[in-house]
Amino acid sequence: MYPSRFRYEAPSSLDEAIGLLHTGGDYAKVLAGGQSLVPLMKLRFASPDLIVDINNVPGLDYHRADADGTLRVGALCRHADLERSALLKSSQPTMAAAAPVIADPIVRNRGTLVGSLCHADPQGDWASVVMALGGSIVARGPGGRRTIPIADFVTGPFQNVLDPDEIAVEAVIPPAQGTRAGGYLKLERRVGDFATVGVAVALETSGETVTRAGIALTGVGGSTIAAAAAAAALVGGPLTADRIGLAADFAAEAAQPRTDHRGSAEYKRHMVRTFVTRILGRAQPTEPATERAA
Amino acid sequence: MTQALDEIKIGGLGASRKRVEDDRFIRGKGNYTDDIALPGMLHMEILRSPLAHARIKSIDASKAWEIPGVHLVLTGDMMATRNLAWMPTLSYDTQAVLATDKVRFQGQEVACVIADDPYIAKDACEAIDVDYEPLPVIVNPAQAVADGAPVIRDDKENQADNVIYHWEVGDAAGTDRAFEQADVISKLKLHYPRSHPSPIECCGSIADFNRATSKLTVYMTTQAPHIIRAAVALVAELPEHMIRIISPDIGGGFGNKVPVYPGYVCSILASILLERPVKWIEDKTGNLISTGFARDIYLDGEMALRRDGKILGVRMHCDADHGAFFSDAQPSKFKIGLLHSAFAAYDIPVAHLMARGTYSNKAPGGVAYRCSFRVTEAMFFQERMVQAAADDLGMDQAEFRRMNFVRDEDFPHRTPFGFLLDSGQYRKCLDVGLKAVGYADFRRQQEEARARGRLLGIGISTMTEPLGAGNSREYDILGIKMFDSAELKVHMTGKAIVRTGARTQGQGHETTWAQIVSHELGIPAQDVVVEEGDTDTAPFGMGTYASRSTPVAGAAVAMVSRKIRAKARKLAAHLLEVSEEDVEWELGRFYVRSAPDRGVTIQECAMAAYSNMPDGMEPGLENTAYYDPPNLTWPFACYIVTVEVDPVTGVWDVLTTVAVDDCGVRINPMIVEGQIMGGLTEAYAMANMQFITFDAEGNCVGSNYMDYLLPTAWETPGFELHSEVVTPCPHHPIGAKGIGECAAVGGPAAFVNAVIDALSGTGVRNIDMPLLPDRVWEALTHHRDVSGAPPVRSDD
Amino acid sequence: MTIVYEDLGDEAGAGASDVPMRRIRFTVNGQKKIAEVEPRLLLSHLIRRGLGLTGTHMGCDTTNCGACTVLVKGAGEAGAGRPVKSCTMLAVQVDGREISTVEGLAMKGAGEGGGELHPLQEGFKEEHGLQCGFCTPGMMMAAKALLDENPDPTEEDVRWALSGNLCRCTGYQNIVKSVLWAAAKLRAQAPASEDGSQP
Repeated sequence: MYPSRFRYEAPSSLDEAIGLLHTGGDYAKVLAGGQSLVPLMKLRFASPDLIVDINNVPGLDYHRADADGTLRVGALCRHADLERSALLKSSQPTMAAAAPVIADPIVRNRGTLVGSLCHADPQGDWASVVMALGGSIVARGPGGRRTIPIADFVTGPFQNVLDPDEIAVEAVIPPAQGTRAGGYLKLERRVGDFATVGVAVALETSGETVTRAGIALTGVGGSTIAAAAAAAALVGGPLTADRIGLAADFAAEAAQPRTDHRGSAEYKRHMVRTFVTRILGRAQPTEPATERAA
Repeated sequence: MTQALDEIKIGGLGASRKRVEDDRFIRGKGNYTDDIALPGMLHMEILRSPLAHARIKSIDASKAWEIPGVHLVLTGDMMATRNLAWMPTLSYDTQAVLATDKVRFQGQEVACVIADDPYIAKDACEAIDVDYEPLPVIVNPAQAVADGAPVIRDDKENQADNVIYHWEVGDAAGTDRAFEQADVISKLKLHYPRSHPSPIECCGSIADFNRATSKLTVYMTTQAPHIIRAAVALVAELPEHMIRIISPDIGGGFGNKVPVYPGYVCSILASILLERPVKWIEDKTGNLISTGFARDIYLDGEMALRRDGKILGVRMHCDADHGAFFSDAQPSKFKIGLLHSAFAAYDIPVAHLMARGTYSNKAPGGVAYRCSFRVTEAMFFQERMVQAAADDLGMDQAEFRRMNFVRDEDFPHRTPFGFLLDSGQYRKCLDVGLKAVGYADFRRQQEEARARGRLLGIGISTMTEPLGAGNSREYDILGIKMFDSAELKVHMTGKAIVRTGARTQGQGHETTWAQIVSHELGIPAQDVVVEEGDTDTAPFGMGTYASRSTPVAGAAVAMVSRKIRAKARKLAAHLLEVSEEDVEWELGRFYVRSAPDRGVTIQECAMAAYSNMPDGMEPGLENTAYYDPPNLTWPFACYIVTVEVDPVTGVWDVLTTVAVDDCGVRINPMIVEGQIMGGLTEAYAMANMQFITFDAEGNCVGSNYMDYLLPTAWETPGFELHSEVVTPCPHHPIGAKGIGECAAVGGPAAFVNAVIDALSGTGVRNIDMPLLPDRVWEALTHHRDVSGAPPVRSDD
Repeated sequence: MTIVYEDLGDEAGAGASDVPMRRIRFTVNGQKKIAEVEPRLLLSHLIRRGLGLTGTHMGCDTTNCGACTVLVKGAGEAGAGRPVKSCTMLAVQVDGREISTVEGLAMKGAGEGGGELHPLQEGFKEEHGLQCGFCTPGMMMAAKALLDENPDPTEEDVRWALSGNLCRCTGYQNIVKSVLWAAAKLRAQAPASEDGSQP
């Protein structure tokens, strides 16, 4: 319950933070929400030499839509801000469905979406949402800014492509061409549980036709799974029962679940299929997002 | 004319008096063990084994000793030179304090560090190098008795295998005959999984050995301070009068804080060696992975039935997995606790129970978690078997129970396993429950829903259980009889203090014991302060667990109050200048029978005890009572749960939970209801999500709150409680019975029976708890029973 | 406030004097404080050991139980602060910020925990919302944040807001009743709103 020793800095600007990481030595970590990092440090599964706390850097706690509809989420935007967001509720059904089921209400006051993506936990919910929406991470380092598509961002469990002296400053969700629909369903046994299975579906429609689709899976593989064939099966036509069934089957095939104390691989595949079907069957952002055992 | 006191107004029996202990807790002014800081105090952390079964080849603590701020590093070898590497358990076995030859479960204590602060102590633990040689692992009884199984307790002479005991009770031959006569034999096999009481507060101690006075004071999270004092005297070989155990506020016990843990022993030794206070507070992982767990027992049950539904006989074969050491805190005559209280509420002519205990590579324990000494297991097995039997006969669940209950007129009733029941109204209890839940309506709705593909289910659980261990003829722990005590001192102004040998951990003794005094003496409850937990001041008692405090300590409070009243009567006669025979009592006042206006209050009698005694009377108004209960008390209950199961996902929701509890006279109805709701929540938790399991390597799954799931306010259903059925206990001085554990004992089967009922028609007889969505789905989809026994399933 | 450390001398071994202490300034229950802390000191330990405010409790290792919940308010934030699990923040992170603990819940009176009770505290006693008391401070702080934001919550709102706080004793039903009791009392006590209508 006690972290090992580390050095700590709390810069008040991004440049300062980047500078600290640059000179920081072997193992430095950025601290934003800390709701994933601090527990790991307390269990001594992570023992960084240097912590760079960016909570004093102003101007990072925003989430907003640009004029063209691009959604930008700053590095210090908390899950709770997204849960309460009228913007998300009115224009981002997949995100609005996921925000309330991240961890628990108190953790949501500190944890951040960007931090969650950087943490790259294979059972992280936001990663599936951002993957389904085709989002990216904007990173800043000594060499400037770069944008990394989410599909390229994670290289393995708890590993991302950021350089040691880069900070993720923003998550970007591209604007929709059509009308957004979709949702996030998570099988958790209680509030705060990791997903046994989580499914993010993000669609854009023009009239009856699905013009874009993204489906991503939480908890059924070594990392977040993009169910590309499942998404492709939906594009270019209306949401018929047949097309939904096909997408659900492809998604179940894309899953690589393990049999463990959370359930058999067979069950998890079945739940992937079930969640895809249910989200597509509703295609309403206001439906309850979770399946719980209560 | 003086008016009679209103008992409810003064806070006597039946008053839902607001709790005295709340005043400090709501202000954040509780005094829990970790809140206490003593001058010069050091901090202890424990290094635990990552492996479930391994030989220790070497331990190198040299780097730990070098860390600034480290005062002491204790290892098994060092303990061994002081004869402290092993300690006796409460079940006549031995348990390792710090491992010497082998580690026998994941999380076992291997070393501990005492340092200036816990951060440094943790750093030093990390710097200790242990070289392990892994050994094969055993995680269930079948593996324990398989050919070629490694002997886990090779430290014990004469231990050639992994069997701890065989125990049986009942009439084997008679039961066999009954089975030969049966029209139908109903069988059921299941596993009641390992669970853990997991109070939010972990275990801990502050040991303070004072070299100047040679007195050892230990602040400790313990539900039984006097038992601990005796154990410490035995283990540490210190004289009993020089040991003081203080149990401060406890953040939940549920049986987890009864055993003696290695951490306590190490902190005591460290304090003696360093001559400074040493604080050990474990972390949640330590608590879940190493302290007294509960259950982990397999049932193979059979019921012999007549075609009309009469139960002719019951056979139970149980395998209990005790972990690496047999350390249960339970009455010594009963190796498997009171498991043989099963079926007490039913009129069964003959029965036979066989139990076997085995070792495994898991933490030691088995008796804990609101279990009343394995009555949780007894009643779960009972109601699951009753459910299966009714189904096998094609009989209605309620009717089958009703027909087999012991009838109201048949008390006293001796069960085939030898318990003596003194009272009960089981049919009325069931009827109240059925009416409250709308049983007939629900069955109709259930059918209609099924036609539309929706799965509704209703589960009943009815039981009576023995609470209040226990009478000295049959009950003892390590030979010490299980009585309890109360000391009452009435001061000259009529205010009082009562101390007992119990130890509340949230049950509200500071509030309720005063209510008993109020009832007996008419002193307002707010004028009575209650203290427990300090062995230097509290009269000897066996502690609070197994719902024994109201039955035993509460009875002692009533009895000592009556001793006080008897003396007060003499004082009253003296004050009123009449003979004792002419004195009558009403609440708070003695009066002259022939002239009722002439009377004295209890307060006036108290003053007289210090200032105006009759000739020959000892002054003062103080006394002590030790209560040896003549029998256990027999609360009974009916729990009914309705659920809906989502056939696609296996997720189930509770629609209604009805609880009808008869615990006799309720001292404080508000507190009683709080206990019932707490028990129902634990029942729900065990049925729905909560368990500890192990993989094939003995890694513990459930050693932190990410894996050991406790329901939150969001999942936990609401409860409808009923108190219409009141059968006062015939032998308890105030007619009260135990209640703290009833809902945890009877509740789980109601939830499980409801889900199984929802699945009726699929042929599924059993899904082991917890009924996780994947298990329910598997049962539904493949039409098969689902077991949850370890090792955890995997792809390999 | 003063914190005194062991002087391990100049020859002290590795690690002891490598990591500089940090000086932090913060407010707790309205009182301004300065502390010198190791960066790795958890906020919960600063509160319990550094400040002696032991009403905030430690229950688990994994940020689940919520017994350590306090309110933290950043510079420039409105309101009394958001509930956070103090075991999952570093003490250094409250530099420049305000914390509220259970000891500060009481409405008036000298010192911590000595004044008139907050309706939440009264409600927990009235409705038997606690048994062992260990989860209670965390529950009340989380409930306070709920009522600050939503003075008229439904039962569902309360259960949702408290779903980050675990209780083993009560079964939550009376905790919900306690919070609703407090909400009703706070509404009754609240001044009439600006347009003259009753709250």
